[in-house]
Amino acid sequence: MAATGNEVAIRVRDLVVGFGDTTVLDHLSIDVFRGEILGFVGGSGAGKSVLMRTIIGLLPKRAGTIEVFGVDLDRVTDTERRETERRWGILFQQGALFSSLTVRQNIQFPMREFLDLSDRLLDEVAMVKLDMVGLGPDVGDKFPSELSGGMTKRVALARALALDPEIVFLDEPTSGLDPIGAGEFDDLIRTLQRTLGLTVFMVTHDLDSLNTVCDRIAALSDGQVVAAGPMTAMLASEHPWVRAYFHGKRAR
Amino acid sequence: MEADLKSTMSDRRLALAAVGAWVAPHAGDLEALIDRASRTGREVEAVDIDAAAIDRLDTIGAWLLARLVRTFTEQGCDTRLLGLSEQRRRLLDEIGRANLEPASRPARDHPIRAALVVVGRSVAGLGWDLLHFMQMLGELSAVLMRVLVRPRRFRFTSVVHHLDRVGWRAVPIMVLITFLIGSIIAQQGIFHFRRFGADLYVVDMVGILILREIGVLIVTIMVAGRSGSAYTAELGAMKMREEVDALRTMGIDPVEVLILPRILALVIAVPLLSFLGSMAALYGGGLVCWLYGGISPDNFLTRLKEAISLDTFEVGIIKAPFMALIIGIVACVEGLKVQGSAESLGSQTTASVVKSIFAVIVLDGLFAIFFASIGK
Repeated sequence: MAATGNEVAIRVRDLVVGFGDTTVLDHLSIDVFRGEILGFVGGSGAGKSVLMRTIIGLLPKRAGTIEVFGVDLDRVTDTERRETERRWGILFQQGALFSSLTVRQNIQFPMREFLDLSDRLLDEVAMVKLDMVGLGPDVGDKFPSELSGGMTKRVALARALALDPEIVFLDEPTSGLDPIGAGEFDDLIRTLQRTLGLTVFMVTHDLDSLNTVCDRIAALSDGQVVAAGPMTAMLASEHPWVRAYFHGKRAR
Repeated sequence: MEADLKSTMSDRRLALAAVGAWVAPHAGDLEALIDRASRTGREVEAVDIDAAAIDRLDTIGAWLLARLVRTFTEQGCDTRLLGLSEQRRRLLDEIGRANLEPASRPARDHPIRAALVVVGRSVAGLGWDLLHFMQMLGELSAVLMRVLVRPRRFRFTSVVHHLDRVGWRAVPIMVLITFLIGSIIAQQGIFHFRRFGADLYVVDMVGILILREIGVLIVTIMVAGRSGSAYTAELGAMKMREEVDALRTMGIDPVEVLILPRILALVIAVPLLSFLGSMAALYGGGLVCWLYGGISPDNFLTRLKEAISLDTFEVGIIKAPFMALIIGIVACVEGLKVQGSAESLGSQTTASVVKSIFAVIVLDGLFAIFFASIGK
C-alpha cells in the first residue's frame, strides 16, 4: 500500500497561474508519486505556495490540468470534489489553528464534521493523534495562543492528519523552528509517512530537510520546474539557479 | 465492504477474527462490536485477535484494535494480536503507546457553587474594571502632562485623522438620528398634551428635554457604538499581532501614540456632535410642532426663548466631554485586554460597547443629581 511505486498521486500539466499582469506559474508540469516525500524548493516569491494553493483549489488557474488520484478536479461534481478534498490534509505555514477552540477541539473538528464517532472515541483518537505528533495529552486542553511555534506546527500537523489523508501538503513545516526542533519535525514526518503510507508534498527552504527526508526534490524557477529528482540529480543539475541554491555558501 | 469482528470461544480461549474495512465510516459499528467482545472477557484467560482479514485499516480502526488489546490486557487476559503486516504492526505500535491518562475532563462543579462562582467573578470583575479605568485615566493624565511639557511629542496629525473619523464622518448619521428623535418627542408631546389643551407646553418639554438630556445622551450612545467599538477592535487587533508590544520595545509609549490621540479626538468631537445633534433635534421638534401641532415657527421660537436659558444648554453640553472621556477610556482598556483568539476580540468589543453605554447613563444620572442639588 505504501510502496513507492510509479503510481501518480498528483499530476499537474501545463499549469498557468497569474495575478493581474504577472504570470507566476508558466506552463508548469509536475508529478507527485504515491508514497513519496517530494520537497519543493524555489526562491522567495517564485510561486511555491501559489502552486500548493492552486492544487488544493484555493487559487484559480488560467490554464492547465490538475489531477489528484487520477481525478481531474475541474470535471467533477461538488460531491466528488469534497470526497477528494477529504483525502488530503494541509499544514499551513502559520498553523491556521482555530483560535477559539482548544487543541483537542481543533483536532476533533474535521472528525466531528465528517465522521460519526462517539465522544469517547473522539477524545481517544485526538489523544492518539497528539501522541503521534509527539505531544503529551496535557496539551489537549490548551488554546492555540498558549502554544510555542513548534507546538503549533505539531498540532496543525495533527489536525491535518485527523481524517487519515493520503496526501499531506506541508507549507514550510520547519520554518521558524530551531535546528533541533526542525530535525525532530523531519523525523516525525518520516515516521508518519512510513507508518501511515502518506504521500507528502512539502514546500521548504530547509536544505537539511531536503537532504534527510525527501525522496525527490523539485526546483521551481521562472514559473517552471527546472529540475526534479533525488538530491544527486539536484547537485548534478546545470541550471544556474539550482546550482546557486545547492552549491551556495549555505549548502554543504 | 463491511467491517466485522467474529468471535469463537473454546476452552476459556477467545478467538476473535477482525474482517473487512476497519476504517472511520464504520467506527460506530466497530466500537459496539468491540464493547460487546470485551464484555465476554470475564471468563476467558487468553485472547487471540486475528487481524489478517482486515483489508483496509486507518488510524481510527487501528486505535479500536489497540483499545481491544488494551481492555483485554487490563482484564488480565493473555492477549495476542496476529496476522499484521509489517506496516500495520508499526502503525499499531505507534498508536498503542499513546498515553491517554489526562484525557479526563476537569471535574464539574456543583451547579449552585458554579452559579455562585459566576456571581463572585463578575463582582470581582467590576472592581477590576474600575481599577483598570483609574489606571488608564492616570496614565493618560501623565502622558498628557508629558506632552504639555514637550509639545513636539504631540501627535497632531493623528488627532486630526481620528477627528475626521469619529467627528466629521459621524455628522450625517448623528444629525439624522437626533432629528428623528426630536420629531418623535414633539409628536408624542403634542398628541398627549392636546387632550388637556396644553399644546404650547410641548415647546418647553422639547427644548428642555433635548438640550439638557436627549441631545447629549443620544449622541454619546451612538458614539459608543460607532467609534468606541472601532477603537476596541483596532487596538485589539494591534495587540493580537504584537504591534503594541513592538511599540513598547522601541521605547514608545502606546498610550501616547495610540490612545491619547484617539481619546483627545473623542473629547473634541463629542461636544461638537452634541451641539449639532441638539440643533437637529430642536429643528425636528419645531418642524413637527408646525406641521402636526399647528404651532407656527414664530410662536415656537418665542415660546422656546421663554422656556430655556443659556443654563439649560450649558448643563447639557458640559456633560459631553466627560462622557467622551469615559467612552474613550473604556474602549481603549477593553482593546488592550484582547488575548490571542478571534473570539476574545469579539467579546471585548461587545464588552466595550455595553460598558461604555452603561457608564454614560450612570454618569448622566450623577450629573442630574449634582445639578439638582446646586439648583440648576
